[in-house]
Amino acid sequence: MIRGGILLGLATLALAGAVSQSEARSPVAVNNSAVTQGIPKTLSKFSFFARPRAQESFSAADYTLKTPLYSDGADKLRFAYVPNGKAMKANGDGLLEFPVGSALIKTFAFGEGADRRLIETRVLLHRAEGWVALPYVWNEEQTDARLAVAGARIPVTRPDGTEISYRVPNKNQCKQCHVKDGEVTPIGPKARNLRTEWLSDAVAGGRLDRMPVVTAGLPHWGERDSEIADVAALARAYLDVNCAHCHQPGGMASNSGLDLRWEQDDPHALGIRKPPVAAGRGAGGLLVSIEPGAPDKSILTHRMASTEPGVAMPELGKSTVDKEGLAVIRQWIDEMPAQ
Amino acid sequence: MLKFALAALAAPVALTCASAATAETHTIEPGEGAQERLQEALILAEPGDEIVLAAGRYALTDGLSLDVDGVTLRGAGMDASVLDFTAQEGAGEGLLVTSDDVTLRDFGIENAKGDGIKSKGADQIIYHAIRVEWTGGPDASNGAYGIYPVEASNVLVQDSYVRGASDAGIYVGQSENIIVRRNRVVENVAGIEIENSNFAEVTENLATKNTGGILIFDLPGLPKVGGGSVLVARNAVIDNNTDNFAPEGNIVASVPAGTGVMVMANEGVHIRENALVNNSTSHVMMIAYTQPFDDERYQPRPVDVVVKGNIYGTGGNAPDLPGGTQLAAMTGGSLPHIFSDGLGRGLIVGDPTPILSLGLTRVGQPITEAKPEIINPVIAGETAELPKVALPEGMEARLK
Repeated sequence: MIRGGILLGLATLALAGAVSQSEARSPVAVNNSAVTQGIPKTLSKFSFFARPRAQESFSAADYTLKTPLYSDGADKLRFAYVPNGKAMKANGDGLLEFPVGSALIKTFAFGEGADRRLIETRVLLHRAEGWVALPYVWNEEQTDARLAVAGARIPVTRPDGTEISYRVPNKNQCKQCHVKDGEVTPIGPKARNLRTEWLSDAVAGGRLDRMPVVTAGLPHWGERDSEIADVAALARAYLDVNCAHCHQPGGMASNSGLDLRWEQDDPHALGIRKPPVAAGRGAGGLLVSIEPGAPDKSILTHRMASTEPGVAMPELGKSTVDKEGLAVIRQWIDEMPAQ
Repeated sequence: MLKFALAALAAPVALTCASAATAETHTIEPGEGAQERLQEALILAEPGDEIVLAAGRYALTDGLSLDVDGVTLRGAGMDASVLDFTAQEGAGEGLLVTSDDVTLRDFGIENAKGDGIKSKGADQIIYHAIRVEWTGGPDASNGAYGIYPVEASNVLVQDSYVRGASDAGIYVGQSENIIVRRNRVVENVAGIEIENSNFAEVTENLATKNTGGILIFDLPGLPKVGGGSVLVARNAVIDNNTDNFAPEGNIVASVPAGTGVMVMANEGVHIRENALVNNSTSHVMMIAYTQPFDDERYQPRPVDVVVKGNIYGTGGNAPDLPGGTQLAAMTGGSLPHIFSDGLGRGLIVGDPTPILSLGLTRVGQPITEAKPEIINPVIAGETAELPKVALPEGMEARLK
């Protein structure tokens, strides 16, 4: 993998020389017209990847998130493509503003090293008329991925040996998470959830106009077991990343009145002693979303702990329980003062 | 593809001219791959297109969704074209609609794991002759809502049938300009529920064997509060005595079995010319929201409720209320047809039937402090009518 910061043509050339002979290809320019128009049937049409199986791109910068979305334990390989001569704009803590012609690419994979199997790649394309979300499913040979507008179900063996029916979202389901006030929008690359070094590399490479001023950055989920970990911050970051794309004003679950964004600090909006609205049997006989001091009496944890459609939250992209995420949310609720 | 590029251009045209020459019909047959074929058709449809579900049973494993404006999804009849979600593995509803000017008609949805059909922010939506059913009958593990439009303007739900919803058969939430007519809602917790909505007409429906027949609610703390201007007229509300099977925590879990029409909070609700028969707690209940709330916009009392021109059959003979048996004994074996907690403002009862008031004087007061009394209504003269709900021109013409 190329670490963040490979944004400059010069660096690209230097790396190209290091690629092993068998898979070496000359750096291919991204097919900008595929990004800006049409619905390519295969992922290779975009030319995002010089070596698809290795998921190496010379044109798009890979990035990671400090606190990532849980997706049934899949490894996620994220890339941001900005066309030559253009730059992202910083916007405080929030989403970087991507110029038209940009693309965000996310590949979902299970397994390590030679056993790694690419399952699907989701692309978000920034076009003149707005963002377009498309899902692509990888073939058996792992040479290319094919458009799957209707989504798919794929049997997957996870690293821990469990078998799951992995759901590739359809085009509409992509939008269900990515919709805000009726428009498709990226979710992940908010300055508050990006690593400082990635941002500064992007500025140095001329692909970000300036260093964003981040006033309240998200914690690093990977460091949650360290002694200085702040459970409340981790829990709020987790809810922001895993739930708030729907549970916010203008999101798919706006009618619930539950707003789980990082910046929300009204206790009722966050679910504290908030009765359910349209949860139906999802409420599980519990009276409020969060009962301080009592995770077992909180609908939030009840729904996170379920895999049953109609009860399980999130509704999409989940066929297993995120035990680590659930543990953090439980601890957060448990430590809330009851009064 | 070219098709997609054209779709964007065609949209404004198709909206103003629904019968555009370019509109196409795509017929889907049941059988192998129905999930993908139907979902793909729903995604690739262009405004004005009609997707036809050929008669038969469609075995589906995932929720379906429609996000293209102006599309019609039509089956061969609510019992003939059946979307069967018994083996559903994912998504929160059977069918989700998120686009405007959509017509859903003449098909059935069975055993969805969550809600049956949800439409969110889908303006000018029509549900016509749709069946949503949990075929095992009342069960707490059934999905919550059968037909579930929310956050929309201009909603028409008609000639449909919903059975077995563990919350409400037909639920319209946080919406405006709503007509719900000629539906049959059977064996749900709530037959029809209009919640946090304005300008609604609920007319000529049959609500029977539910826990509560027709509920007009307003709840605090939601993006849209302040429901009202709701007409409930010419409905048959009969035998709504099914034990409440809603999962606790939901507001309808507190609805007593034997409720005919219930108004909670809301401003301007007219209950007129209904046939209210054999609802064993009360035919008409008007109550305030009792839970604590922190929402300055919210008024918890029922205000300006008119009850007039209804006919009342037997009822109130087995009240599902704390102390209900004693209350009934005090009032000659059955409760009066109309029930008030005493907290309403401007309630007008124009029917010659007594009212049981709990005589509460403040919102949230414990029921143990009730001072029940029987009030005989002062029959008022004419009362002002609610503004008529008019759907946008051309909306109903889509059904031709």
